[in-house]
Amino acid sequence: MSTSDELNSFVTRCDIDGGEGPLDDLTVGVKDNISTEGIETTCGSDVLDGYVPPYDATAVERLKNAGVRIVGKTNMDEFGMGTTTETSAHGPTRNPVDTDYVPGGSSGGSAAAVASGDVDAALGTDTGGSVRCPAAFCGIVGLKPTYGLVSRYGLIAYANSLETIGPMARDVETTARVLDAIAGADERDGTCSAESEDYTVAVENADGDLEDATVAVPEELVGEGVEEGVRERFDDALETLRDEGATVREVSMPSLEKALAAYYVIAMGEASSNLARFDGVRYGPGGEGDGWNEAFADARTRFGDEVKRRVMLGTYALSEGYYGDYYDKAQNARALVRRDFDEVLDEADVVASPTMPLTPFRLGEALDDPLQMYLADVNTTPVNLAGVPSISVPCGRADNLPVGLQLTAGRFEETKLLSVARGFEKAR
Amino acid sequence: MEQELDAEDVRHVAELARVDVTDKEAEEFVDEFNDVLGYFETLDDVPDDVEAEDDFENVMRADEPRPSLSQDDALANAEETEDGYFKGPSVS
Repeated sequence: MSTSDELNSFVTRCDIDGGEGPLDDLTVGVKDNISTEGIETTCGSDVLDGYVPPYDATAVERLKNAGVRIVGKTNMDEFGMGTTTETSAHGPTRNPVDTDYVPGGSSGGSAAAVASGDVDAALGTDTGGSVRCPAAFCGIVGLKPTYGLVSRYGLIAYANSLETIGPMARDVETTARVLDAIAGADERDGTCSAESEDYTVAVENADGDLEDATVAVPEELVGEGVEEGVRERFDDALETLRDEGATVREVSMPSLEKALAAYYVIAMGEASSNLARFDGVRYGPGGEGDGWNEAFADARTRFGDEVKRRVMLGTYALSEGYYGDYYDKAQNARALVRRDFDEVLDEADVVASPTMPLTPFRLGEALDDPLQMYLADVNTTPVNLAGVPSISVPCGRADNLPVGLQLTAGRFEETKLLSVARGFEKAR
Repeated sequence: MEQELDAEDVRHVAELARVDVTDKEAEEFVDEFNDVLGYFETLDDVPDDVEAEDDFENVMRADEPRPSLSQDDALANAEETEDGYFKGPSVS
């Protein structure tokens, strides 16, 4: 049995050789919610059992054109809804660092495959931290790009206004190389019109990038919710940044206190609408019953508990009489979060925090308490509300488990973000 | 937002969301829903009059036919089709 079979990082194996190209030295895993022509794509759900997309996502098409070898579809929390990769219909993925622990989620299969050396890089998706959390928990690099830099065409939607496709790898340079291949305007995604830059060159030339860098640390993200061991590694990381000449200063971003709740209201609301498409008629196994509504509701019993929970809570939050209390408030909180990021990043180059306030959960530990699991996303979700780019880079271990440093820059400032991340990676 | 949901409320939301839940599931969801909705009360004091700025623009193009998926490809994943159409349960 290979490592990846023990870890359960792959849902489906394949071998698609892209031929010659700038990335033809890389093997890549693709998260199971990103469409791959002719290769089963289930989003980690029984609802899409047997679904074979008739087309490639833009990101996949571009990776093939760049010459990568795609070796499989990676396991994930069902429809990206989870922080541990335990809600997958295909069973949990294990953390290669210690198999008693979760790899983080929802792109846990991608992270485990990269961390174990099974692939050189992987695509994940990040709606509220789903690239950065598993990168932190498995000790690798994961980038959530600016909303609108990487096409979402072919990404099976969960929360359109928040989610992005992002690269994961064992080092910053490989992460940048994959971003180079997938970034840039796509007429098939109306929100994706940005010109990309040369990220690999920026990373190769990242010398002395920390000397004049200003790093802002929001007090709201380093408070009492952060475990002591994580706090120590984060303080070490700040020391490294200072030693390299960066200026570190604490700032206040009061809106962050509201960000997690706003994120979950918006994500669940969008999920309830997006997942209405799974009716068992056009794809996925159908339902039984007397007429449309009954057959529809029956087909959807195939959703797992966490998906049912979010679809139902989203439906409730958007229903008449409650919309103003939840969705309107959440959108206002979102605008305040954007404003806080804009103001802080006007003065500073990057915002820094621990990626996750804690080290990985033990398998099974968080599954029965959804709210506890949601609270672990407190540092990652504000970034998605603001649409800014953010990266998790390894910054050591606490209790022998990996800890991630999260760095966040202004919209479309990936070049700066990756250079700072590379500077930190080299200095550690 | 003070009121607590009970199993009957959960079953009602399940019906709106077109997700069948068993009575046992509905009971299990009650506490979890109340936990999460209780947490959402942190939004109560967010002001109502925040100016939202975003930098999205509508993307427009001429409404002209373009190549797309073939009918066969589009239907390939459906359990039932008839004469080139999806076939679903009756809507009555």
